[in-house]
Amino acid sequence: MDNTLYLSSSPHIHSGETTERIMRLVIYALLPAAAVSLYFFGLPALKTLLICTLGCIAFEALANKLMKQPLTVKDGSGALTGILLALNMPASSAWWLSLLGAAVAILIGKMIYGGLGYNPFNPALVARVVLLISFPVQMTSWTAPAPLTTGIDAVTAATPLGEMKMSVMLTGKLPENLNSGMLDYFTGNMAGCLGEVSAIALLAGGLFLIYKKVITWHIPVSFIGTTLGVGAIFWLVDASKYPNPLFHLLTGGLILGAFFMATDMVTSPVTYQGMLIFGFGCGLLTILIRLFGGYPEGVSFAILLMNAATPLIDRYCRPKIYGQVEKA
Amino acid sequence: MDVKTFAGGLHPPDSKEYAKDKVIERCPLPDELVIPAAQHIGAPAEICVAAGDLVKKGQVIATAKGFVSVPIHASTSGEVIAVEPRLHPMGKLLPAVVIKPDGEDQWDESLQQQDPDQLDADALKKLIGQAGIVGMGGATFPAHVKLSPPEGKKIDTLILNGVECEPYLTADHRMMLEESERIIDGIKIVRKVLGLETAIIGIEINKPDAIEKLAKECAPHNIKVQPLKVQYPQGAEKQLIDACTGRQVPTGGLPMDCGVVVQNVGTCAAISDAIRLGRPLVERVATVTGPGIRNPKNLLIAVGTPLKHMLDQCDGLDGKPAKIIMGGPMMGQTQLSLDVPAIRGTSGLLIFREQDLPRKNAGPCIRCGRCISVCPIHLQPTTIAAYARLDRVDEAESYNALDCIECGCCTYICPATLPLVQSIRHIKGGIMAKRRKI
Amino acid sequence: MLAAVLSLGGIGLVAATALGIAAKKFAVEVDPRELEILDVLPGANCGACGYPGCSGFAKGVAEGKAAPNLCTPGGIETLEGIARILGIEAAAVEPKVAVVACQGDNAKARVKYKYLGLTDCNAAQKIADGPKNCPAGCLGLGSCEMACPFGAIEMTSENLAVINRDKCTGCEKCVAVCPRQVIKMTPRKSTTHVLCNSTDKGAKIRSYCDIGCIGCHICKKTVPEAYAVETFLAKVDYEHDEEAALAIEKCPTKCIRDFSSGYPEGSSFAPPRNDAA
Repeated sequence: MDNTLYLSSSPHIHSGETTERIMRLVIYALLPAAAVSLYFFGLPALKTLLICTLGCIAFEALANKLMKQPLTVKDGSGALTGILLALNMPASSAWWLSLLGAAVAILIGKMIYGGLGYNPFNPALVARVVLLISFPVQMTSWTAPAPLTTGIDAVTAATPLGEMKMSVMLTGKLPENLNSGMLDYFTGNMAGCLGEVSAIALLAGGLFLIYKKVITWHIPVSFIGTTLGVGAIFWLVDASKYPNPLFHLLTGGLILGAFFMATDMVTSPVTYQGMLIFGFGCGLLTILIRLFGGYPEGVSFAILLMNAATPLIDRYCRPKIYGQVEKA
Repeated sequence: MDVKTFAGGLHPPDSKEYAKDKVIERCPLPDELVIPAAQHIGAPAEICVAAGDLVKKGQVIATAKGFVSVPIHASTSGEVIAVEPRLHPMGKLLPAVVIKPDGEDQWDESLQQQDPDQLDADALKKLIGQAGIVGMGGATFPAHVKLSPPEGKKIDTLILNGVECEPYLTADHRMMLEESERIIDGIKIVRKVLGLETAIIGIEINKPDAIEKLAKECAPHNIKVQPLKVQYPQGAEKQLIDACTGRQVPTGGLPMDCGVVVQNVGTCAAISDAIRLGRPLVERVATVTGPGIRNPKNLLIAVGTPLKHMLDQCDGLDGKPAKIIMGGPMMGQTQLSLDVPAIRGTSGLLIFREQDLPRKNAGPCIRCGRCISVCPIHLQPTTIAAYARLDRVDEAESYNALDCIECGCCTYICPATLPLVQSIRHIKGGIMAKRRKI
Repeated sequence: MLAAVLSLGGIGLVAATALGIAAKKFAVEVDPRELEILDVLPGANCGACGYPGCSGFAKGVAEGKAAPNLCTPGGIETLEGIARILGIEAAAVEPKVAVVACQGDNAKARVKYKYLGLTDCNAAQKIADGPKNCPAGCLGLGSCEMACPFGAIEMTSENLAVINRDKCTGCEKCVAVCPRQVIKMTPRKSTTHVLCNSTDKGAKIRSYCDIGCIGCHICKKTVPEAYAVETFLAKVDYEHDEEAALAIEKCPTKCIRDFSSGYPEGSSFAPPRNDAA
């Protein structure tokens, strides 16, 4: 008998789709947003981006070594976590803050559960929330955008959402100039995290992912749709107290969250029906935190809370199987 | 054109260019035919010849054992040189009749030609059973059993499977182009047996020539040709029924539970031969194809022809074979050796070389949900496979593991290259074992 | 400040009272012996006794439904413990240990094909009866290692299952999962075993394995009372365990092995002793 033959169970061909390819495409999709952040925030942004990404890769390799696992950094998920984390940090973050974030994301957010595929929460968001709660001052020291072309030194400023929250808390009214900056919000000319600034760059990346079939429309559409819908209801009730839905869409991390964080496959439901419920929950929690919570921004908390609900959603949202017809 | 399909599935590269334009060629007889007694679903036939016997082509060499079984016939005239266990496509040594052809290829004189119009349904059914006709798409379910719905089951539609959704294979395609008369004649016989009018031939639109030809020739006979979108696994019974009629087979049921009988087009041609010429199923068309073959062909082979002999007709191997697959690449079975014989269900022989194989180590599931979106039964393969790995039989059962048709879509698409179907197959065995115990 | 302390203290007091009442009111009557028995059980929840977990077994024993000697992993200590708690005389079962009756690893046994797919012996066995030419040898994909609740089975670098006799408790989980029944339960005191499971003829075995039993009868000729050879496979009669050791040196294929100091010393299969202390 010819013992050089391979035998296996069918099928004998494969689509060629790989985890590495999926991670690579998501990283590509984030590049426009990263580029815009570099344009507006300059070298500090580059520093944060590099420390977070390289830090995540290094910590994953370290964890592999400690856990006596084969090296898993090649799958690209560590690098992706790093980039997502950087996009969730203020541009002026100190190096140690970025590095700490990378450690939390990879070690506590991912490897402690066994690595890729087993983490219940989005690692980048775990790190962001840990940093936000532990270092509130550093994590909310936003720099006003200083495009490379202007050459002005960075000054600190508040995010549009932060301004809104402050104003509502102090005066019970929205700030007057709220709606004047829509175009700036759209292109990214506002204070904020690296990655939450440019709506257009994020949208381009998100649509690229849907076009490439890396993600489906379900989570982004239901997430953003719910946020806008509920936001619109409040705005219609009292436009002097609640901002219009467009403001919700273009400021803060909504687009980044909806297209890149909530769609993290490991921590979101696997069925279409489940994804819609997941997106709805994210949207509802986001808008409630933004309007009534203590923090100006609620996307991270909303996604993490829904991550926790994912196993439950998966349990109850099963597709209707073929032939499950009314049995006679 | 009204093109239909089903929900789920995917579209792998169909790779039919290797052999789709190759006219069916008759494969010369080999030096030795190895005819196993087990070639169909159901009880294996019982061998009724011994070494030294002289047999004629079409003579019964193994008799049917029970209703869900069919007899096996000699594929040529010659001498039985051995009755012994031989390597079977299943990968085991199983009883087989070895015949040395005498070169005359003489049909058994007792075989009678019949006019189907003169026979009633029961007589036709009996003849089909005696001729050893089985589903020739690869499932090899005895045809006469499918044509015998139990009392009270109303069958109103006959669907003919001309889909050939497996990549690489082109045997059915060539049959439809070259043997359309026999196919149509067989359809008419099956229609008579079932006592119904509606007959639909489902063909995917990557075979426009076959659709055109059959549509033209079927029109006078009130047979409808239904063009279908190219989507795997449309040739699976359940998916084909859904695509053609919009009906669904209830879970755990059979096509007849929704009023449908499905037959392969090749089976229909064999049924026509069985009645009109009195010839049992002793030969079939198989595609010899794949990147490992010099000159891919569609061959008309005698049942029992060793794979090696089929290869020789196609100018042999191009490089060193790494995988020998009987059937298509999605559901075919890998073989231990080229000495294995082709049997009634062998729709193709596919050879892959080392460089043609997908080789990647499985990684962890990243819960991307692709397996769920492609599953034609709308199961959750990754969840079932996870339970399978833990041998959690009850949970796997509650996720409807038994409804899996093992089409392989989930494994094909999985970015972590997990062997999902294999896991599910494994736990299905566990569920069946548990049911037997209770 | 005072208000805070008082209100917190008040809440604590109310909650504690409520809990206390609930504990009394909804207390479930548990046979105290059940808990005592649970204490002496190993707590591995391996299921070798046939009951769902150790607590299920403890309940069964306390209610008199389960025989007290069913816990093989616990061995004699557990049995004595249970006997003491119940105040009965319990007959000890002979302690057993699992032995992999095969030495045909990747280096010594040849394969009929290269297997791709699920790392599971039962799944591989379904494909043309397993990748090894030998119909009865260890497939080396580690299903027993996965099934062992005590971490007593290790796969060697050449893919052969070997059992750590110190950790093996005789629960038979591995025996149940092995598709080729190559793992045998043997009396713990017996230290001489024939490590082959194939009933093929000698010539055939030689064609695919360097270390299988070829049924040459030399062991039986050396120590007639300790060996039996059936279907070309030698078996040790464990009644004559000590005499059986005399044939170890005589076996031409080295498939009779001495386990008196754990796994055969000098064997290339001996598991790495990382907990050598």
